[in-house]
Amino acid sequence: MIPFDVAYYRPSTIEEAVQLFSSLEAEGKRPLYYGGGTEFITLARLGRTFADAVIDLKSLPECRILSVTAHELTFGAALSLSTIEEANSFPLLTKAVREIADRTARNQITLGGNICGRIFYHEAVLPFLLADSRVVIAGKEGISEQSIHEVFEQYMRLSPSQFLVQVKIDAVYNKLPYVHTKRRQQGNTGYPLVTVAALKKDEKLRVAFSGVCPFPFRSLEVEERLNRKLPLDVRIANAIEALPSPVLDDIEGSANYRLFVLRHALLDVITALEGESA
Amino acid sequence: MKSEVILHINGEQRSTVIRQADTLLVVLRHLELTGAKPGCLNGDCGACTVLVNDTPIKSCMMLAIETVGQEITTIEGLHDTAIQRAFVEQFAFQCGYCTPGFVMNAYALTTQKPDADEETIRKWLESNICRCTSYQEIEQAVRSVLVQKKR
Ligand SMILES: Cc1cc2nc3c(=O)[nH]c(=O)nc-3n(C[C@H](O)[C@H](O)[C@H](O)COP(=O)(O)OP(=O)(O)OC[C@H]3O[C@@H](n4cnc5c(N)ncnc54)[C@H](O)[C@@H]3O)c2cc1C
Ligand code: FES
Ligand code: FES
Repeated sequence: MIPFDVAYYRPSTIEEAVQLFSSLEAEGKRPLYYGGGTEFITLARLGRTFADAVIDLKSLPECRILSVTAHELTFGAALSLSTIEEANSFPLLTKAVREIADRTARNQITLGGNICGRIFYHEAVLPFLLADSRVVIAGKEGISEQSIHEVFEQYMRLSPSQFLVQVKIDAVYNKLPYVHTKRRQQGNTGYPLVTVAALKKDEKLRVAFSGVCPFPFRSLEVEERLNRKLPLDVRIANAIEALPSPVLDDIEGSANYRLFVLRHALLDVITALEGESA
Repeated sequence: MKSEVILHINGEQRSTVIRQADTLLVVLRHLELTGAKPGCLNGDCGACTVLVNDTPIKSCMMLAIETVGQEITTIEGLHDTAIQRAFVEQFAFQCGYCTPGFVMNAYALTTQKPDADEETIRKWLESNICRCTSYQEIEQAVRSVLVQKKR
């Protein structure tokens, strides 16, 4: 049971959502945007988050779009992960979301909630980091479109009044060779020990990670080291030296164990993308 | 904050007063629809699974107020369906605590994906946990219904 009262709002336009946020704040309330609610309800029950009003984004038409044109794919932030999975318009994204939680939970978890939430794995963001995607953000200052690399640095850098409306990628990315692998401590539905997503563009590997550090990342330095013309084990060892923070060390897996799993995951991913030449 | 709402449950309109912070699971059980079970309350076990607009949902992770205007189906709304008969025929339970959640999920799977392949069956059934480990029998129950449908 959620141990505090929450007022529930379901606006039908972006303007109304932003306006509601401002007016609730002006009344001294703590509003929060709301996607699938899975993280909010879980953390609220445990007393680890608080909001006295939630603004549900699931009725905003822009947040429910899933469109594919010859040039561009657009994913609304309020789409459920299972909707994205069934549509299968960006195979690397399909693979990434199919590995998050379980099928019933994915009927509820939204793309925006996974990318913008507090639980730090954010596995759905990996394909978008690799595809140099653009994010559409709404807030008090209006609606803007920016490169994901300007906004996602360890986590989505949004101000409280802002929310993610859409993520867009160029259509070329859904035709590139890709590999996605998620290694867990046990079972088929838990959080990752290590998740590696990779694609190959212009003969270069692009690689993004979750579970390795306490945030998901794509690092140009790591990629540069993985793309050097050296023996594969040397490339992997060099890349690991350039990780952007110490490796996660927690109850799910020690840092050493994660590193062991990471080496093997990278070996498999690169071999799959480069074949015999790796 | 309380509201009087009308929920559409199992083909009936149920009027009730809820806290806006109440989960669907809490409200269903107050309405004496106790088939949906509280397990982990954390989205992990699936004992609380119901259908919202025919989609399986973990009712411990959805606010009841979100479901106003939507069709809710609980285990009490299923009567002598093929999947219920299959659970009995295959002895697909021991203590029975997980059964309503599994049946709701399996009902959606077998009615909406009659051509489900092995991977789909596996992925869907991963959403529920059976502490008594009746997994094999549950899978057999699902398969037996899918086979009947394909005939
Ligand atoms: C059983 C289970 C297993 C899980 N396993 C995994 C896993 O393996 N890998 C993984 O990465 N994650 C996993 N998760 C985490 C899960 O992905 C997050 O809980 C989920 O992403 C939250 O999505 P939601 O739509 O329910 O968000 P909500 O609970 O609605 O929101 C979460 C937070 O994000 C904010 N938010 C929501 N939408 C937006 C938006 N459009 N713009 C800005 N802010 C927004 C909210 O304000 C809130 O702070 C799991 C969760 C569960 C319940
Ligand atoms: S009680 Fe809802 S998933 Fe366990
Ligand atoms: S039959 Fe006991 S938990 Fe499944």
